[in-house]
Amino acid sequence: MSPRAAARLESIGFEQVYDYVAGKADWGSAGLPLEGANGSETRAGAHVRADVPTCRLDDRLHVVCEQLDESGWDTCFVVDKRRVVLGRIGRRAIRGREDVTAEEAMTPGPSTIRPSARLREAVERMHRQNLTNLPVTTSDGRLAGLLTLHDAEEALRHIGA
Amino acid sequence: MPTSIDRGRVQQLVGEGAQLVEVLPRAEYEDEHLPDAVSIPLKELDRESSRHLEPARPVIVYCYDYQ
Repeated sequence: MSPRAAARLESIGFEQVYDYVAGKADWGSAGLPLEGANGSETRAGAHVRADVPTCRLDDRLHVVCEQLDESGWDTCFVVDKRRVVLGRIGRRAIRGREDVTAEEAMTPGPSTIRPSARLREAVERMHRQNLTNLPVTTSDGRLAGLLTLHDAEEALRHIGA
Repeated sequence: MPTSIDRGRVQQLVGEGAQLVEVLPRAEYEDEHLPDAVSIPLKELDRESSRHLEPARPVIVYCYDYQ
């Protein structure tokens, strides 16, 4: 649709016409703001906890656990230098505290949702799959944060969605 | 011929004063749109509806995705 619109504008006489072909789906999935009746406030990206702990593949699990103990978190995401999610260290690995690396302890390829995911749908998914949170990543795989069921339900109540 | 651009270029051009135009039906624009975008649905796009766009500034059109 946008290529036809761009061509039409040129035919009218506009000389500097650009076509953002990936459109608002791409914009929203990158965690960038959207306005409107179902804008950013109704999407997962606006309600994530961006301070969720992260570590690198070669970090030792016991060191990660010590940091988690101090912060109060019970999960940690293994990311690369660009913050792309490689895996997740969950409660079981944290309880075990084996003398291994994060790479050995992690569950690889955790399921994620996009920042543009609708809160209502994220809540329904968490209930359906018996989850208490969902990691949120941008379209290029970078960790935006963790959406908790509690935060998502509070947000839905607040915005009346 | 219009130039296809990615998200980064959109941000750059908007920072330089480009105008954003969503060409989806108006209901979809009202549901969600890029900040400061205006709505000119493709079916309504003509000389009259584009009259308020400034010809001297770049215009970026977009829809939902590669459709």
